[in-house]
Amino acid sequence: MPFLRILLLRLLTTAITLAGVAVIVFFVIRVVPGNPIAMMLPPGATEADIARLSALYGLDKPLVAQFGIWIAGVVQGDFGTSITTRQPVLDLVLGRLPATLELSIMALVMACLLGGAAALTGTRYRGGRTEGAIDVANGMALSVPDFLWGLVLILLFGVLVPVFHISGRVTPSLDLPFATNFYLFESLIRLRFDLWADIVAHMFMPALALAIPLAAIIGQLLKQSLKETMNLDYVTLARTKGYGETRVILREALRNAALPTLTLVGVQFTFLIGGTVIIERLFSYEGLGNMAIDAVINRDLPLIQGIVILFAVIFTGVNLIVDLLYTVLNPRLRHG
Amino acid sequence: MSFLSVRNLSVRLKKGPPLLRRVSLEVAAGEVRGLVGESGAGKSMIGKAVLGILPPSVEVTEGEIVLDGVDLLRLTLTERRRRIGAMAALIPQDPLTALNPSHRIGPQITDRLVDILGWTRADAAARARELLAEVQIPDPDRVLRSYPHELSGGMRQRILIASAFAAEPKLIVADEPTTALDVTVQKQILKLIAGMQARHGTALLFVTHDLGVVSKVCQRLSVLYAGMVVEDTSVADFFAAPRHAYSAALLAATPKYTDPSAGLNPVPEAVIAAVQAEVAAFDRGRAHG
Ligand SMILES: Nc1ncnc2c1ncn2[C@@H]1O[C@H](COP(=O)(O)OP(=O)(O)OP(=O)(O)O)[C@@H](O)[C@H]1O
Ligand SMILES: [Mg+2]
Repeated sequence: MPFLRILLLRLLTTAITLAGVAVIVFFVIRVVPGNPIAMMLPPGATEADIARLSALYGLDKPLVAQFGIWIAGVVQGDFGTSITTRQPVLDLVLGRLPATLELSIMALVMACLLGGAAALTGTRYRGGRTEGAIDVANGMALSVPDFLWGLVLILLFGVLVPVFHISGRVTPSLDLPFATNFYLFESLIRLRFDLWADIVAHMFMPALALAIPLAAIIGQLLKQSLKETMNLDYVTLARTKGYGETRVILREALRNAALPTLTLVGVQFTFLIGGTVIIERLFSYEGLGNMAIDAVINRDLPLIQGIVILFAVIFTGVNLIVDLLYTVLNPRLRHG
Repeated sequence: MSFLSVRNLSVRLKKGPPLLRRVSLEVAAGEVRGLVGESGAGKSMIGKAVLGILPPSVEVTEGEIVLDGVDLLRLTLTERRRRIGAMAALIPQDPLTALNPSHRIGPQITDRLVDILGWTRADAAARARELLAEVQIPDPDRVLRSYPHELSGGMRQRILIASAFAAEPKLIVADEPTTALDVTVQKQILKLIAGMQARHGTALLFVTHDLGVVSKVCQRLSVLYAGMVVEDTSVADFFAAPRHAYSAALLAATPKYTDPSAGLNPVPEAVIAAVQAEVAAFDRGRAHG
């Protein structure tokens, strides 16, 4: 059962990775100057006030002891209390997670669609002007980072031709029936297409900004491997069977060519999730990334720790899913 | 009238040297024509031209490829593919690379029946089983569900043969169908192809290095040198008395047909020089004409 073995092995390495992340984040953010308690209190607070509150949050104990207390809590699912909002970190973080997940996944889907379309079109018309134009577009998409694409999109579709919302996640004045924070998903389930359209109009630009660089990478790599695959014997054989070129690409080449791209998409998707931090800020989108920036500004140590751990869990989870998907798509590994 | 008739076909590297020089050959319905010549002579190039799979780096500069009365070179890409798919098929050289690693065997045998010729899946599945029996593969249900990497090279070549015969083509191009196989398997595969060709009455264009194979399966033979047909003859005549000096040298280079104890006689340099002069004369004639 290679499937189960891979899964167990990956769970083990994931646990080790997460432990490492926990150690690093805990100590690194305490090396950075700035006292969270001092920042929280009004300007007139005395040293005694600060000391009293620090003791309340356990910040007066030695670092190692603080770490011990924190990690003991984490293992039991208690990530501590946010210093700024005084709410459990876990609740805060999980409350924001759906927003970021929906944004990242929408961006990923857009990137796959755009990149896939570029690669397929470029392969179908390879060697001609169309392919050249696609290469140029890919190069442009890659030479500008996601947050600059965000600014460009805001200028284009927020200011010049205001078709999309440039900030927030949903228009607050609308009637919001949500039971979960998966707004996009839930509005569909509830058949509230008016809400769904409103949410998409909010998410479209941030998602596209995140998607553009990844789309370019997918487009380039997939086109490259498609073109190589198109010269293989089994593809040539399919041509003698009467298939048109488009059908040959889709039937014979796409699946095999997609495998190397898939691994890369996994790695790049984690970068994309990292990109949400700035993009969410830019579009005032209420997700984890936006919360992370606030937490750093306020030196909300427990919240920063919680967010970083959650991001680490997401990253390793994405890698795990990619590995499993690779096994599913590649028959040689499946029966190995 | 011949089922396949290639007339004055010239192919060159785009803006480069010629690869085929006014090649003409005919394959009558049900006939087997051998195509021999040294490596690089253009044997595979002829097969590719006939099947419409010339590499994009080359271009046809003149000639016709008439398949069942229609010149393939006058058709659009789509029409050409359709016509070739319906009437002809390829048995490729390397069974290890000619099957799609991510598709099961079943669909790879019958895909064109369903997708191009409009058969129902049930009919196609029945046909696949029938074909596997014909190429002597046991346990057809398991094999049809397998992926290529689960089967041996010999099995895969049998599958490719089954796939080539699936739509009862009138013409099959076999490009050195046994060279990539173990010596022990080569004979069986050769026998299988010859047997199926005879049973189905399929015309066969058989590319090979091996004159021994030619003597067993072919009726007619084209000898190729540097993309030029130097001899087009019946197999019986060829082995009795080759007309062209290069053909004779080629025959002499195959020890079995002269004196088995003599070992290998490479084609003499004088013969090579003579045939090269012929090629050069041809190219000069072209340049002036
Ligand atoms: N894809 C290609 N692009 C450019 N030139 C090619 C290509 N394939 C073959 N050629 C050239 O065309 C000529 C004929 O090649 P071809 O493959 O037909 O030879 P062959 O007679 O089949 O040889 P072999 O016995 O080695 O298979 C050779 O000079 C070869 O270098
Ligand atoms: Mg060849």
